[in-house]
This record gives sequence, structure tokens and C-alpha cells, in this order.
Amino acid sequence: MTVGVVLVSHSAAVAESVAQLAAGLAGGGGPAPVAAAGGTPDGGFGTDAEAIVRAALAVDRGEGVAVLADLGSAVLTVKALLADDDELPPGTRLLDAPFVEGAVAAVVTASAGADLAAVAAAAEDAYTYRKA
Amino acid sequence: MSEEPSPENGPGPVIDAAFFRRWLTAAAEVIDREATRLTELDSPIGDADHGSNLRRGFTAARTAIEKEPPLTPGDVLVQTGRQLISTVGGASGPLYGTLLRKAGKALGDGDRVTPEELCEALRAGVDGVSQLGGAVQGDKTMIDALVPAVEALSFALDKGAGLIEALAAARIAAEEGALATVPLQARKGRASYLGERSIGHQDPGATSSALLLGALARTAAQEGTG
Repeated sequence: MTVGVVLVSHSAAVAESVAQLAAGLAGGGGPAPVAAAGGTPDGGFGTDAEAIVRAALAVDRGEGVAVLADLGSAVLTVKALLADDDELPPGTRLLDAPFVEGAVAAVVTASAGADLAAVAAAAEDAYTYRKA
Repeated sequence: MSEEPSPENGPGPVIDAAFFRRWLTAAAEVIDREATRLTELDSPIGDADHGSNLRRGFTAARTAIEKEPPLTPGDVLVQTGRQLISTVGGASGPLYGTLLRKAGKALGDGDRVTPEELCEALRAGVDGVSQLGGAVQGDKTMIDALVPAVEALSFALDKGAGLIEALAAARIAAEEGALATVPLQARKGRASYLGERSIGHQDPGATSSALLLGALARTAAQEGTG
């Protein structure tokens, strides 16, 4: 039983790549389920609400789903979906975290068997890592 | 809130599910007609997709609503909002989607609503937009058109105006609010990255909000005279 992770980006390539990066850094023990929801249905830059719903359903193992989003409409679309009770699986949560670092932290901790609160804390803690 | 009747304005149009379906048709048409201008407004300060995004969303919503017409005013708005969240692809999707879903839920499941209930539902919708996007008046967003429109609507109804007159006042307030975004510096969304360079441009979201309010005013006026 693990927390699932959904990565929502304006770009399909960004979402897919960050999902691969996070899973790759999660270690050997079988990474937590990760799904990418990037770009618009026609392959452009933007946000696809239906893709977010599909991704959340795909990674839901009943232990909660952690969602990371990159910019404006990605964040707003997840929030709008969360505002309605029946759009996303129960226990879905939008994390307040930087996209790449937060995704890696979330997938690593989820893969180690952490619960949703611990996954969220690890991802949100990524903001405290100063680079300069 | 005044509950006094206003006989000089007549009974006014009936605000039922058909009224909001006619609004949606009018909204989809005006967005289609003005899509190029909205995208042009979105070019210097945004990512040049506001018109095309909204056109896609309102066309999809209109098609879905016509295919399976909801039976209550509230449900027309909730379903339209859901379609916009699904199909717009930009920030205006969740923002307008939230506006319509919150407004639709506030209308409840009655067959008809009063002008005052419509006003309060719009206020609930606009509050939802503020909460979702975190914008306040003066941030150069759709809020700058929506808040004055709801205030004008409420003020006119309180003074005893009928729906047609009150929505006409709301439309004018929204248009003035949109024009008043020109000298503002953007504090939300992509345009905020531009800092002072966002000054001098009319906000595309405030502009589309004024168009949607205009469609609502026209729907009421056509109903009243036709």
C-alpha cells in the first residue's frame, strides 16, 4: 500500500521527464505509483483536467494521492477539481512544493512506505533547501 | 435587500433553465466573435491564448448543454462550469468554471430563481474566483470587472430596478471595470512577471468577463421585449 503521486505540468514532456527522474531516484525497491498529466489534449502547452483525473485514478491505491503542479492554470485546475467532492479520489491532496524537487521528495518517501502526511511534509520541505 | 415589488418594470423575464441556456448560447456566440480580440489583448501581457481557450470551452459547454439540457437554472451553471474546467486548458477554465459552479450551487435546485437570488449566486461565484486565484480588485484580473458588476447589480435591485435594467447596469460596470485595468500593473498570473511593462494594456480576463455579463444583460433584454 503506497501513496500515489501525480505530476501536473503545462508541458507533457516536463511532466513525463520529472516522473521518470523521480521514479529513477526512488531506489530499487519498486517505486511508488507515479503518473504524469502534462499539456493539453492536442499536445500543446496548458492543463487538461481530464488527464489529471485519469492520472489520479491510475495511481490511487487507497492510501491517498499527492499532486504536484507547476504554474498558474495547473495549480488552479487541481484546486478547482479538489473543490468538488467527487472529481478526484478521496485523500487526494495538492502539495505546496517546488515541482521537480518536490516530486523527487514525494516519490522517494512514498516509495519508502510513508503515509500521505509524511509524503507532503517531505515535498514541502524542499522549499527550505537554499541554492544560493 | 429590498423585497418591494417594482410594478413599473413589469414582472420581468422568468429566470429558469431555458434563460441560462439562452445565456450560454449568447455567451458562446460573443466569445466566438471576439476570440481574436481577446487573444490579441492576451499577446503583449499573456500567452496569446485567451480567446482560443475560451472559444474551445464555451463551444464545448454549449454543445454538451444542448445535447442533454439540464432542468434547473443551478444545474445549467454547474454543468457549464464543469465543461469549462475540462476543456479551456488555461487559467480561465478553472476560474470561470469555479464562478459558474459556485453560482449554480448557490441557486439550489429550484425551477426558477428571483433576480435577488441570481445576484447573490453571482456574488458567491465571484467570491469563489477570488478564493481560488487569490486576486483582489486592482490586481488587473477578471475580478476588476466582476466585482463592480455584482455591486452594480445589487445596488440596482435594491433601488427597485427590474432585472433588465439591473443587468444593464451590471454590464456597464463590468465594461468600465475592464477599461479601468489599462493603467494597472498586473499582480496575478503570467502578466505579473512583466511588472511595470504590464501597464497600458487592458486585461483580457476582465474583458471576457464584461462580454459574458453583456451576454447575460442581452439575454434578459431580449426575453423582456420578445
